[in-house]
Amino acid sequence: MAGLSLGLRLPLTGRPRRASGGGWSYTARRLVGAVLVLIGVTVATFLLLHAAPGNPAEQVLGQRATPAQLHALEHRWGLDSSLPSQFWRYAKQVVRGDLGTSFVYGKSVTSLVGPRIGPTALLVAMAVIFAILITVPLATLAASRRDSVADQAVRGFSVVALGLPSFWFGIVLIEIFAVNLKLLPVGGYGSGFGNHLESLILPAITAALAIVPLLIRSLRVGMLEVLDADFVAAARGNGLGEARVLFRHVARNAAVPTLTLLGLNIAYLIGSTVIVENVFALNGVGSLLLQSIQNRDFPTVQGITLLLAVAVVLVNLTTDLLAARLDPRIRLQ
Amino acid sequence: MTSVAVSTAAIGRAPSAWRRLRESPALIAGLLLLAAIVIAVLVGPLLTGYSPDQQDTANILAGPSSAHWLGTDQLGRDVLTRLLYAGRTDLKVGILAVLFPFFFGTLIGTIAGYYGGLLDTVVMRIVDILVAFPFYVLIISLVFVVGPGTRGIYIAFAIVDWVVYARTVRSTTLVVRESDYVAAAKLGGLSDARILLRHVLPNTISQAIVYIMSDVVLVIVAIVTLGYLGLGVQPPTPDWGTMISQGQEFLTTHWALSTIPGIAVVITGLSLSLIGDGLADVLRPR
Repeated sequence: MAGLSLGLRLPLTGRPRRASGGGWSYTARRLVGAVLVLIGVTVATFLLLHAAPGNPAEQVLGQRATPAQLHALEHRWGLDSSLPSQFWRYAKQVVRGDLGTSFVYGKSVTSLVGPRIGPTALLVAMAVIFAILITVPLATLAASRRDSVADQAVRGFSVVALGLPSFWFGIVLIEIFAVNLKLLPVGGYGSGFGNHLESLILPAITAALAIVPLLIRSLRVGMLEVLDADFVAAARGNGLGEARVLFRHVARNAAVPTLTLLGLNIAYLIGSTVIVENVFALNGVGSLLLQSIQNRDFPTVQGITLLLAVAVVLVNLTTDLLAARLDPRIRLQ
Repeated sequence: MTSVAVSTAAIGRAPSAWRRLRESPALIAGLLLLAAIVIAVLVGPLLTGYSPDQQDTANILAGPSSAHWLGTDQLGRDVLTRLLYAGRTDLKVGILAVLFPFFFGTLIGTIAGYYGGLLDTVVMRIVDILVAFPFYVLIISLVFVVGPGTRGIYIAFAIVDWVVYARTVRSTTLVVRESDYVAAAKLGGLSDARILLRHVLPNTISQAIVYIMSDVVLVIVAIVTLGYLGLGVQPPTPDWGTMISQGQEFLTTHWALSTIPGIAVVITGLSLSLIGDGLADVLRPR
């Protein structure tokens, strides 16, 4: 199987599990690992934006700023101190939950991001639900009728969908369902929870489709493997109906690897929201990231990048621990 | 995939790989489709009779005609010509962008897997940190830091994209390292460099080669996405992403402007995915 993954990840190329750790429990090892990654992510985010060419103060004040003005601003942002001392101050801030102050809006990054977390989180949640609703029936259909026309069609769909730019697919959906059929809004978030849900249908389908091809592949292959297992033959031998065999025995066993894969790909999904929010004019965290990039608002870009990476680490940790509960074999690895 | 199977398959690979090539309809279809696309983007622009920036101000937003097969855009430029030039750019940038990640990732994965120890730990920690970032967030932030445009794309992918190659190759190297023939080669007094190049790499690289096709698809999609966001290939160079984003303004009246370049991306992606799937079949040991 090809290790299809650029951000998108198959379990094959998933996180390598280290045998080291001695007598530590699986949970403890995963927690320590997550903390180390969080520290690394903080350092990486800091270095990323400090490696940026150009002086942020000059970019904010413009070319005509006097050296004194520049110096004053640099001092206020702490840019005139050494890199390690800047990092130390940044790390202390982050631990306190302070992501710095926006260069452009003059407000704290957390107060800018806070109100936007709702739409993004709801979008991700709906996208995950759509991804499952699309994946499970298609993969089951394909696996239960191996090499049939239906199987070929599902596999063909996942090959085509893999090369589908999600922003373009979103535009096509807008064209069909909003412009022509006028069933759903063109964009925006609406007001009230009902409107929110309605506004997020097309964006969530768009975001879901970015990860559906890999999920279908994984679940289909997983189900095919389980279908060959002895206990499936035994279940059939006991006279259980095919539907019962499929849903009670096969799907349950193929579900854990797919759950792990879903957890890993939520990272990709969170990244896709940046694009999807832009297509559908949603005021989420992702669209704030793009605006901040256009404004060259360093602290906001830094804060959002860090925040999203932390979200990914927490989601991965949760799915790993959940998978280990569902499948005790994982804990022994 | 076990190393032993890989090594025995390698002995008779040349003839059987050729036979399998003919037996793999996906590979043949993908190669034909890709060849058609490459010829179209290389030769096509010479035949349309327009330059990508040439404006026909009398024919703005015109529909398909014998003069403009796919119509014109908001500046009266020939859509077909721009589509083909954009294909040149996006294919070229997509392929160039994966070269460094492929070589660097394969190299670092082989070395880390073979020697293990501190180097391996450090490499895998860096990998863990890089994959913790949502892909598009990291790419967009990197392009922001380096500056938009093709240079930004190359640098961003060089930093992010080697991870997958390193991981895949490392995990295979861990298996191959323990094999009898590597032990035999070591006992025979061969140098590490020779063992790595002649005995380990040939067995680990096939997965990286299979992956490179899917990688080009994902990178082209990412390049087009960056173009759409205004962070990728910069105008006036035509790019499918900027074509889609410019066409989006005229969605209600001229839907084809943003739809056609998207179809081009999908077809290109399809050809590369078919080749990738076909290669996976052909290189898979039996």
